[in-house]
Parts: sequence; structure tokens; C-alpha cells
Amino acid sequence: MPIFFEKKQLVTPGELLAEGDYLPGENTYAEAGKIYALRIGLVDSDNKKINVVALRAFYMPKTGDIVIGTVVEVGFNGWTVDIKAPYTAILRASDVLSRPFKPQNDELSAVLNTGDLIVAKIASYDRAHDPQLTVGEPGLGKITRGQILHVTPTKIPRVIGRKGSMISMIKQETNCQIILGLNGVILVTGKTLEEEEIAIEAIKKIEAESHTSGLTDRITQLLKEKKQVKVEENKVE
Amino acid sequence: MNEKEKLIDKKGVRLDGRKADELRPVKLQVGVLSNADGSAYIEHGKNKILAAAFGPREMHPKHLAQPDRMVLRCRYHMAPFSVQERKSPAPSRREVELSKVIKESLEPALFLELYPRTGVDVFVEVLQADGGTRCASITAAALAIADAGVPMKDLVVACAAGKVDDTVVVDLFDAEDKLGTADVPVAYMPNLNAVTLLQMDGILTPDEFERAVNMAMDGCKKIYALQKEALKTKYMVVKEVEE
Repeated sequence: MPIFFEKKQLVTPGELLAEGDYLPGENTYAEAGKIYALRIGLVDSDNKKINVVALRAFYMPKTGDIVIGTVVEVGFNGWTVDIKAPYTAILRASDVLSRPFKPQNDELSAVLNTGDLIVAKIASYDRAHDPQLTVGEPGLGKITRGQILHVTPTKIPRVIGRKGSMISMIKQETNCQIILGLNGVILVTGKTLEEEEIAIEAIKKIEAESHTSGLTDRITQLLKEKKQVKVEENKVE
Repeated sequence: MNEKEKLIDKKGVRLDGRKADELRPVKLQVGVLSNADGSAYIEHGKNKILAAAFGPREMHPKHLAQPDRMVLRCRYHMAPFSVQERKSPAPSRREVELSKVIKESLEPALFLELYPRTGVDVFVEVLQADGGTRCASITAAALAIADAGVPMKDLVVACAAGKVDDTVVVDLFDAEDKLGTADVPVAYMPNLNAVTLLQMDGILTPDEFERAVNMAMDGCKKIYALQKEALKTKYMVVKEVEE
């Protein structure tokens, strides 16, 4: 039962990872008792399971995921929303208006118009139907302020950190509200523009250096430095 | 016969100075286009080819979407300035055929059934042609798809072999392709040991054919190493910055 890789090794699609009694995990597949990589990424094994953390991937909808999307079309009884996935999502009017929806009374574009950004949860999705969204929970709905940035969807877990350590640190240090869409879209809302900029810079650094060790320390340092600069600037004024 | 004898000299050296089993220099680069989801650039001898991949995304026009699988669409196109005589930019019979050939040689590497109702688009633009563009296009297109993050069973590599002046040689360039007796392009997935494209034009004996296929497959393996290297290089840069 040999393994053909070292921990955190960079592998390309089709690379043989292991042979014998192993299970294919994320971004891998098994054929004739051998396990191969599916995407370019870093390999890791977890007991008998072999995973590849992809460096490049796209978002696939999953029921229950929180995503951030853009309204692309206002329809007769709902909206179509671009969620940066292979499929466009649908948001029903009856879900947004908390009362029965009557086409003759309600003007949908007054509620959400094309170009509006929304935080939503995927209510249902399977391979035969486009994903359906819901905004009927606290914290979901139209985005009114803040800044948006995009990262590769596979890097969202790194932005969250172990048990949310990374994200809660950034939130704390910058006083920003951060909503992570699992589709790789992130919303940063802070009290001031400077605080938002610092948070965005930190997240971009995480994305660029996500596959390196000791990242949390470097992010902490970056945030401290930036805050220091800000304090000094305020003193000059 | 006189004309043919010029293609390989007495020492077995070809017109461009190569030996029978020697490839042209290959240079590969990944992620060269920022507007595409994935992209690659190949310089294979004097061939210069760009490949861009998009998707998986919703199929347009919608009636082309398949309810049970993803659709791979390829467009092979030669720029008007890619050959010495201006090539009309309209798709020719040959380009339509090559588009289909490239599509069919890449399909076995993809998990089409995983993403129903979607499509992946691959655009191959030949900037400069010097024989063997279909092979170089497949090599570049496979890299572009991998760079777009589409799951792949293996990278697809292609290389040709053929017969020139009664000798079986690998990786024919333009003059050998036109004046030689046979050309055998092979596309191949080295890790799975699976051939995805095998064509032949010209005449070969069964024995010569076998030698040609084996030579082309050896060529594929050499290019495969470069292909993997190119894909890793794009992501290695980030890794080195921090070290």
C-alpha cells in the first residue's frame, strides 16, 4: 500500500497519489485500486483518506450554503441570481415578500433590481434543477453597504481558519463585519473606509499565501502594523 | 525521388538539424490570459498557439445543453497571419474538422456526467503555424482546462510521428509534413496509459505504423513532463515569495 507523495506536495491532474487500501477524498478519484489527483493542488492524507486542496476550482452549489450573488434578471415571479457557479440561481418573490405575492400589486424591481447584491442561503439544489435561494433568515437579504471582494472558492476555509480563528481575529482587529459567501464572494462592512481596506488587504494576503505555514502569525502582524500606521496618521492630523 | 532525398541527409540529420527521435523545443506557459477562466500558451518549434478555457458555465444557446452531461465545445482557429499566404479568417473545412478532433481527444479526460446542463468552451488560436498544430493545440487546450479548475482524469498530451524519406521520425514540421509519406498524430493520457486520438494520413506498413505510434507516445511523455512543470510553475511563484 504505497503512497506516492509527501505532505503538502504540489500535484497536477492525473498524478498517481496512492495504491491499495486508501479512500479517495476531495479532488481525487479512484480507478482500479489507484488514487489519482483531479485538480492542481496540495495533497494531504487523513488516515486512509487522501485529499487534494485545490489551488484552482469553481463553486458547486450545496443545500444550506450561504452565498453572495448578483441579481441579473427580474422575472415575472422572482429573480435570477448569478452566484459564480456553473448554474444561475433562482430567488422566488414569495420568499422575499413575507406575504402572498400578487403580480398585479407588487413591482418586483422595486424590491430587488438587476445589479443588486444579496446574501442568500441555498434552499435546494440537485443535478436536475437550478439552485433555489432563500433570504428568509436573519442576516440574509439585500446588501446596502460595504465592499465586495472575490477569492477562489476553495480558499474560503483558509479565510475562516481553524474553528473560525482567522476570521474572528480580522473582525476583532478591524471592527469590520465580514460575511463569507461560500461561492468565493466576501462582503466587508466597516465603520470607516480605512478599516475596510485593512480587512481586505488581510484577506487578499490569506488568499495569495493560503498554502503556507505560519500564516496566522503573519496576518496578525500585518493587522497590527496597519493599525499602528493609522494611529500615527491620526496623531499628525 | 531527388526532391525527397533532401529531407534527411546521409548522417540521418533532418532539414532543421534534428535526429529522427528528437523533438522540437517546446515552451509552455499557463495563465497568460486574465479574462479567461484558464489559459495556456505553447511554443512548439515555430508553432505559437494560445488556448483559453471558460466554464463550466451555462450553455448558450440553451438548446445545446444536455440534461445529463456537460458539453465540451472547442474552436480551433488559425489567425490570418499564421501562415505565409494570408489565411481567410472564416472557419475552413479543415478548421471545423480539427475543432472536432481536439474536442474528442479532450473529452475522455473530463467527468462530463458530473456537471449536467453546463458547457465548457475552449478556444484555440494559432498565431503561427509550422506543422503539427493539432498536437500542440491539444497540449495547450488540456493545460487551459486544468488551469480553469475543471476536474480532469489526466492531462492530455499530443505528439505526431511520421515517415520521411523511408525513415520513421517523430514530431514532423511543416516541410516534412507536406513532402513526407505519412503523418500519425497521437493524443495520449500518460498516467492512465490511454490513447485519446489516433489518426494517420499517408501510407505505412504495419511494422512502421507500430514504430511511429511508439515514437509519438515517447514524444508525448517528454512533453507531458513539461506540461506538468508549466502548470506547477504558475502556482509555485506564490509559494516561493513567502519562503
